[in-house]
Amino acid sequence: MTPDRIFRGLFVLYLLAFVAYLFMPLIIMGAAAFNTSRFPTVIPWQGTTLDWFSAMWADAAMWRALWTSAIVAFFVVLVALPVGTAAALVLTTLHSRARSFAYAVMVSPLLTPGVVIGISTLILWRQVGIGGGIALIVVAQTTFIICYVMLMVMARLQRFDRTQEEAALGLGASRLMVFRRVLLPFLRPALLASGGLAILQSVENYNTTLFVRGFETPLTVFIATKVRTGLTPAVNALALVIIAVTVIGAVAYEIARRRQLSARPRS
Amino acid sequence: MRDLYARFGGGLATIFLSLVLVWLAAMVLAPNLMMIDYALRPNLPPAQIGGPQDLWSADNFLYLANEGVHRAIFFKTVWASALVAAVTLVVCYPIAFWMAQRATPGQLSIALMLVIIPFFINEVLRTLAWFILLAYRGPLNAVLQGIGLIDAPIRWQGDGGVLAGMVYAYILFMLLPIYNAIESLDKSQIEAARDLGSPTWRTHWRIVIPHAKAGIATGCVFTFMLAAGSYVAPALLGSPGSRWFTEIIYNWFFEGGDWNRGAAYALTLLVLCLAVVLVTLRVFRVNLTDVAK
Repeated sequence: MTPDRIFRGLFVLYLLAFVAYLFMPLIIMGAAAFNTSRFPTVIPWQGTTLDWFSAMWADAAMWRALWTSAIVAFFVVLVALPVGTAAALVLTTLHSRARSFAYAVMVSPLLTPGVVIGISTLILWRQVGIGGGIALIVVAQTTFIICYVMLMVMARLQRFDRTQEEAALGLGASRLMVFRRVLLPFLRPALLASGGLAILQSVENYNTTLFVRGFETPLTVFIATKVRTGLTPAVNALALVIIAVTVIGAVAYEIARRRQLSARPRS
Repeated sequence: MRDLYARFGGGLATIFLSLVLVWLAAMVLAPNLMMIDYALRPNLPPAQIGGPQDLWSADNFLYLANEGVHRAIFFKTVWASALVAAVTLVVCYPIAFWMAQRATPGQLSIALMLVIIPFFINEVLRTLAWFILLAYRGPLNAVLQGIGLIDAPIRWQGDGGVLAGMVYAYILFMLLPIYNAIESLDKSQIEAARDLGSPTWRTHWRIVIPHAKAGIATGCVFTFMLAAGSYVAPALLGSPGSRWFTEIIYNWFFEGGDWNRGAAYALTLLVLCLAVVLVTLRVFRVNLTDVAK
C-alpha cells in the first residue's frame, strides 16, 4: 500500500464521519419520536409507538404557538418583500461612492448579533409605550430579514437588461407600467424565493424573538421552553414534522427552479 | 438619487426612497441610538427619569469591567467563540478542499445537498437533537458504555456540549465561503506543486490556503459572530458553570430588571462583534460586498 492510498482511505473515513456527524443527531431525534420511553432517547428501545404524534396533535399550546408563528411570518413577508425590493432598486441605481457606504449601512443588520437587534427594538418601542408582543416580533425580525430579500433581489437585478425598460418607454409605456409589466415580472423568481426564505427565517428565529416576545409564545420559544421544563417525545414528533415540511419544501423549490431553468435555457 | 427619479419617475422613486429611509431610520438607526442612550443612563425609578440624577455616565460599563464574574464570562465567551471558529475551520477545510478540487460533479451535487439539508432545519431543533444525543442517560453515553470505552456516564452538558452544538450549527457558514474560494483555484497550480516535489502539507500551506484566505476569513468572522451572539446552544447544552455572555444580558432584562445595564452589556457585545468583523476583513483585505453572499 502506498502512502497515497492510505491517505485516501483515511480521507474516505473522515468523509463518512463527517456525514455521520451531520445526520446522526437528527436521525436519533427523529427516531426517538417513535420510542415508548418518556424521555426522548433511542437506547433502550422500549417499544415502537405513534402515541407521541397524537399527543403532539392534541396539544392546544402547540397549535397556539404555530398560529403565532404563522401570523408573525405573514406580516414579516408583507413588510420585508416591498422594502427589500425597494432597497435593492435604490442601491443598484446609486453611484459607486454613495453606493458602497449605503451598502455597508444596509447589510449592517446581518452583522449585528440577533440578541442585540431584539434588545434595541425592545428599548426603542418602550419609549412610545409599546411592549413586547406580535407587533414587536414582526418589527425586530423584519429589520434583518429585509437584508436577505435585498441581497436576493440584487443578485437577480444584476442580470437585468436595462434596454428592456428603455424599449418599453420608447413605445409609450408610462414609468409605472414599465415597472409593473417589465421589471416586476423579471424579479418574480427572486421575489418568490426571498418570500420563502423570509418565512423560513421568521419561523425559525429564536435569538431576536426571545427579547421582543412579551407574553407571546412562537414555535421556537415553545420548543425551547419544553426542552427545559418537560421534554417528552411529543416534542420530537413535532420536530420530525417540521423537518419533513422544511425538507420537502426545499426539495420542491429546488426541483421547480431546475425545471424552470431547463424550460427556458436562454432566459 | 437623480438617476433613481429618472428611471422610475417621481411617484415610484419617492415610494422606494421613503420605504428604505423608514427602514434605515426607524428600524436600524433609531433602536441602536436609543440603546446607546440607555446604556449611558442609570437605572432610576420612573419618577426620577429626566430628573437631576438622570445623567450620562459610563457607570454601567464600569460595572461590567469591575464585576469579576461577568467580566470572566465575557472573556470566556470571546475565546470560546474563537475556539468554535477554529474547530469549525479545522473540521470544514478538508471537506471544502475535497468538494472544490477532487469531487466529481455528481459527488459534488450530492455533497452540497447533504451539507445544506441540515441547515434548513431550525437552530432550536438542531440544538434539541444534540441535547438528546448528549443527555446523561442518552444514546452517546449508552454506546460508549456498551463498547466499554467508559465505565460511568459522562455529563457532557457544559463547555463540551456547547462547543459540539455550536460547531455543528455553524458548519455551513464556514464550509461554503471556503469552498467558493478554493473552487476558483486552478487545478494545474496544485499539480505543478506536486510535480516539483512539494509534499501535500506544503502545497496546502503555500498555495491552497493563501488562495482561500478571503474565504477562510469570511467563514471565521461569521462563525465567531454567530457563536458570540448565540443564545440557544448555551441555554440548552450548557450547565450553570458554562454561562454565556448573552445569558447574562438576558438576565439583566428579564430577571435583574435593570435594562440600562443590560443595554450596556448588549452594546459591549455589539462593539466586540463589529470590531472583530471589521478588523479581520481589513487585515485579510476582504471587501464587505464579497462577504454577504
